[in-house]
Amino acid sequence: MPVRVGVVVFPGSNCDRDTVHALSIAGADPVVLWHEQASLEGVAAVVLPGGFAYGDYVRAGVIARFSPVMRAVSAFAADGGLVLGICNGFQVLAEAGLVPGALLRNRSLRFAGRQVAIAALRDDTPFTRGVSVGTPLRMPVAHGEGCYFADDATLDQLERDGQVLFRYVDEAGRPAGPAEPGNPNGSLRAIAGVLNKAGNVAGLMPHPERAAEAILGSDDGMGIVRSLVESAAAAANTPAGLVGSAGAR
Amino acid sequence: MTLAEAGAVVEPLHRRLGVTDDELEAIKDRLGGRDPNDLELAMFSVMWSEHCSYKSSKPLLRTLPTAGEGVVAGPGENAGVISIGGGLAVAFKIESHNHPSAVEPYQGAATGVGGILRDIFTMGARPIAVLDALRFGDPADARTRHLVDGVVRGVGGYGNCVGVPTVGGELVFDPSYQGNPLVNVMAIGLMEERRLTLAAAPGPGNLVVLFGSATGRDGIGGASVLASATFTHDDPSKRPSVQVGDPFAEKLLIEASLELIERGLVEGLQDLGAGGITCATSETADRAGTGILVDLDAIPRREPGLEPFEVMISESQERMCAAVTPEKWDTVREVCERWGLPVAIIGRITDDGDIAIVTGGLDAAGGPAAGAVEIARIPAAALTSDAIVHDRVAEAPTHSRAAPAPGLTDAATDRLPERGMDPGAVLAALLGSANLSSRRSVFTQYDSTVGTDTVAGPGHGAAVLRVKGTTQGLVATTDGNQSVGALDPWLGAALSVAEATRNVSITGARPLGVTNCLNYGDPTRPAAF
Repeated sequence: MPVRVGVVVFPGSNCDRDTVHALSIAGADPVVLWHEQASLEGVAAVVLPGGFAYGDYVRAGVIARFSPVMRAVSAFAADGGLVLGICNGFQVLAEAGLVPGALLRNRSLRFAGRQVAIAALRDDTPFTRGVSVGTPLRMPVAHGEGCYFADDATLDQLERDGQVLFRYVDEAGRPAGPAEPGNPNGSLRAIAGVLNKAGNVAGLMPHPERAAEAILGSDDGMGIVRSLVESAAAAANTPAGLVGSAGAR
Repeated sequence: MTLAEAGAVVEPLHRRLGVTDDELEAIKDRLGGRDPNDLELAMFSVMWSEHCSYKSSKPLLRTLPTAGEGVVAGPGENAGVISIGGGLAVAFKIESHNHPSAVEPYQGAATGVGGILRDIFTMGARPIAVLDALRFGDPADARTRHLVDGVVRGVGGYGNCVGVPTVGGELVFDPSYQGNPLVNVMAIGLMEERRLTLAAAPGPGNLVVLFGSATGRDGIGGASVLASATFTHDDPSKRPSVQVGDPFAEKLLIEASLELIERGLVEGLQDLGAGGITCATSETADRAGTGILVDLDAIPRREPGLEPFEVMISESQERMCAAVTPEKWDTVREVCERWGLPVAIIGRITDDGDIAIVTGGLDAAGGPAAGAVEIARIPAAALTSDAIVHDRVAEAPTHSRAAPAPGLTDAATDRLPERGMDPGAVLAALLGSANLSSRRSVFTQYDSTVGTDTVAGPGHGAAVLRVKGTTQGLVATTDGNQSVGALDPWLGAALSVAEATRNVSITGARPLGVTNCLNYGDPTRPAAF
């Protein structure tokens, strides 16, 4: 039976249908979770999709973190449940304190909608088990507030503890610094995605669900989507609390 | 000072509202010989504007071919709809928002996107793509750069937020657009053909339901002379005439509208654009051969103190008007409230063919409540299908521009060298031309991939979208030829159609339909017309 993966819909979410589509391609049974519901309906993993939750008028993600569904997502994450935030979903996770760091306005002060390449730093997480470390993965970004920021001590700690999950890379696969063309938003240390300490919550700005079929120019995102679905399937057959034990190394 | 006094000391009120003396006579004729009151005059002034009535261009536009294989809905509806087989259909339309964008480029462009998207989902189609066709003056000019920057941010700010990809368009600089940019936005939607929903208000006794944003004072436009006549002192509550967009509200409106249509909860649906509630009620009633009794007090407002004419012609954005049977009202309200949208019954459909407006409320049976006052009554047709049509005089302009050199773009813009000069210098001039340079800095500000249907996005001659669940693709482009159009309008238009057809054909697609957006000057000037 396909594993049930929740996709949260906030008012203003606009990548929920795309995420459902990509999860279906990966063989999951996507379950739409409305922002007002307090139950996650027993799903094995949760995706917070992209969009402009509640309009993002104050600051991206800052209102969404107070929604009823986010209380349930926080409790689920605390129990080791798998949570992936994409774009606006990453912003919501950062605002909720479920992943470290903050997403500032793009360094250009303009919306960035284009193709980028990212590379995973680990292949032993629930989100990257089907991805090769260092291989450039091409997928779109589309955001105005995606500049990853944390203080130096936090950045050092994240790197040391393996919490940097994805970096923006240039054509040669090298990390793209904040002012380099391969880095779409000025993110510090080229960080495109991070993990929480326990390793069961991840957020990234690029859109793997938009790179799910070759006809759209790239299916490089499916490695990430499939990793999540396979990990969720494993979690569904595993006692709660053990899923995120890939953890820090 | 009363309105009448204000009119007496300056010019007659109708002229100040842009209604000519001849048109006033035509209005009286349609009201059985009586004079319109101020509210009625305001409603006529908006509905008989060029923008709403096409009173000058209608006779010409009627000559265009509109029937053909696969045409499900043509002109007269909110958007054209063409069948693509397999029970699916495509809704598409292009519209301009030039003047607001010249005044306030961000909001002008943003609300242009919002308006055209509403035309698409009103039909029951989910918007899947936007294209923007832009014209500006000299790119070296600071004002032009301000306009370009604001318009591009506005298109992106709105389209990106509602989650509809901007997949193509045009950006052309020409001195003739100096200070007067063209902002044309096309939207495309995909629908199940059986979900086609028309902008009609059928069934006397049915409810007229308004949902979406509350009504405010924005977008009153030229009719604000009525307000300034009333408020003789400084009025701190004056709002700009350019509407302000709220893409978040639009996103909720899309989802709520499509859910209402999907569940069969509405008998007809119309978005509110130019002319606001006046336009939505009169057009839907006229199409269905009905009338509407408007309960003015029931219309949700942003602020107290709005005058009846302001409520009736406000162009506040992100609003929809639906015809709903009384049995389905509770479910309609539940859907709107779940999406966080204000919703109210603002009137009843009648069988008298009139748009009548009352203050003081309606009774349980849907008629005016005891003590209610009727403040306006106009035949719906008089505002729409029976609006005035002018037979304008057209003559060729006396001025003529130097023809551009063969194969080169407009010499005036690009300062190209004369023929016979060094080919290397010609090449260098072409490479340096703003009209041939990369548009990447523009289209990277747009989300072109949301929706996961974009096969070929910005930077191509035409955009290609796949249709999920089928093996089909959709191809769309916008093209125009202002240089030839200025010299020879017929040839310019023909070349534009030919260019668009070529851009579609070279992807391997068969052109299915054409929609046009014609931007011209004052139609009362024979040369412009």
